[in-house]
Amino acid sequence: MLSHYLIEPLGETAVRHSLAAVLALALSAGPIGVFLMLRRMSLIGDAMSHAILPGVAIGFLAAGLNVFAMTLGGLVAGLLIALLAGAVNRATALQEDASLAVFLLVSLALGVLIVTVNGIDIEQLMTFLFGEVAAKMSAEKLLVIAANATISLGALALIYRPLVLGCVDPGFLRSVSRADGIAHLTFLAVLVLNLINAFHALGTLLGVGIIIIPAATARFWTRDVSTMIVLATAIALFSGFVGVLFAFDLKVPSGPAVTLVAGIFYVGSVLFGRIGGVVWQAFPGRHLEA
Amino acid sequence: MTSLRFNNLTLGYERHPAVHHLDGAIESGSLIAFVGPNGAGKSTLFKGVVGLLKPLAGSIGRDGLDARDIAYLPQVPEIDRSFPITVYDMVAMGLWRSRGAFGGIAGKDRNIIDAAIAAVSLTGFEQRAIGTLSGGQMQRMLFARVLVQDARVIVLDEPFAAVDAKTSLDLLDLVRRWHKERRTVLAALHDIELVRANFPETLLLAREPVAWGATASVLTAENLNKARLMCEAFDESAEACAVREVA
Repeated sequence: MLSHYLIEPLGETAVRHSLAAVLALALSAGPIGVFLMLRRMSLIGDAMSHAILPGVAIGFLAAGLNVFAMTLGGLVAGLLIALLAGAVNRATALQEDASLAVFLLVSLALGVLIVTVNGIDIEQLMTFLFGEVAAKMSAEKLLVIAANATISLGALALIYRPLVLGCVDPGFLRSVSRADGIAHLTFLAVLVLNLINAFHALGTLLGVGIIIIPAATARFWTRDVSTMIVLATAIALFSGFVGVLFAFDLKVPSGPAVTLVAGIFYVGSVLFGRIGGVVWQAFPGRHLEA
Repeated sequence: MTSLRFNNLTLGYERHPAVHHLDGAIESGSLIAFVGPNGAGKSTLFKGVVGLLKPLAGSIGRDGLDARDIAYLPQVPEIDRSFPITVYDMVAMGLWRSRGAFGGIAGKDRNIIDAAIAAVSLTGFEQRAIGTLSGGQMQRMLFARVLVQDARVIVLDEPFAAVDAKTSLDLLDLVRRWHKERRTVLAALHDIELVRANFPETLLLAREPVAWGATASVLTAENLNKARLMCEAFDESAEACAVREVA
């Protein structure tokens, strides 16, 4: 039975591509998600994942189902939105959550409008929104995802120290270095790269799940940021792997499958997590001597 | 030798001065207290000294020292206490100026970090998350980070506010040690007796400098009264300052 779920799907090239892609995505999604959470930007990440859709749609408009054109469109749109959202937030009185909700809805509407007006079929639209049905990943997409993940990990390694210090004590970082601005902008760019990766692998509506949920889950198990990153990456890898196999077996889109597997980890951790989990809080055990 | 020089310095926010026309120099190796009521401009002056606030007028000379080489402990550090990081790593951040964003931390550095943690009596707390520290322990940790920074000029903004007597005494010992090591130490303080007992030099500030010099001659009843009477609030309809800059 195990071989039916684990070995047989690997006979198909598209499934192998899907698995490789989601594993590459997971490698950088782990650390990105942790920093999003620690910078209290999880919701911003979610909103931005929808914001890249109009860019992707314009890429699609210009070059059809060309993965490179769609990636470029998404990249430009994502970076533009990241800078715009920051500017709107500083310049206007509208509260951040409200302006994010508006960004999310308008971009999604615009993206869907652009692709449907230009004669996309409903199956392709579903792929855009929820990821490839039954794990059908093209070699070009895999290449783009792997390249983005590699760039992301390299960039994160370079800005790791200022990024951590900028989260925990931004005042101190400013007093010893000018690196905080560069680190923040690099982080935003890396975030956009990974949102595009998530879009390619898992669709625009749920792709960000593999970035945010593993990080939120890892928080229930450790108080150390590097351990948290390792844990989040492991959960992302496992959710991606199992989710894609599920999607293939059940002939469903990969987005919901992967997100649900990660969601199971999350619910388990909310209940039983060692740090702040429901059960540990309800039954902490007898108080200690000192 | 001069460590810091204020040249007709005015610092403030949105054109309103919080420190108005300050002139004077701080000799290298000074241990100087900054005293004055809330809103007197002590924190503003410190932000100027460490380069976080640009002067509205005048300038600050730092004797060739980069503003970022000054160790600075703000009154309210912007620390996210829920961030998952250990005491050891926080103290290690003090090495930034020598190790930067990429440099490794060698065995020699680890000795420095361990010694700093021991000097503030936090040995055994190295692997604790910062969120589990008490207010006093947090302040000890931040002093350890200043120790690791090994800076020639150290700026402490109300370092003993909200810590207990034992902790202030321990931390004051470190301040004395820095003074003995010929470092320049600037500290904003409200405890007049503590200043009289430990700080040879004092600047009494109430937006304008009220008095500056040997502590005993500065902290007189008359001067303290004068400082208290100076108003705190900005005048929204204030005219542009009539004092012209000297070219």
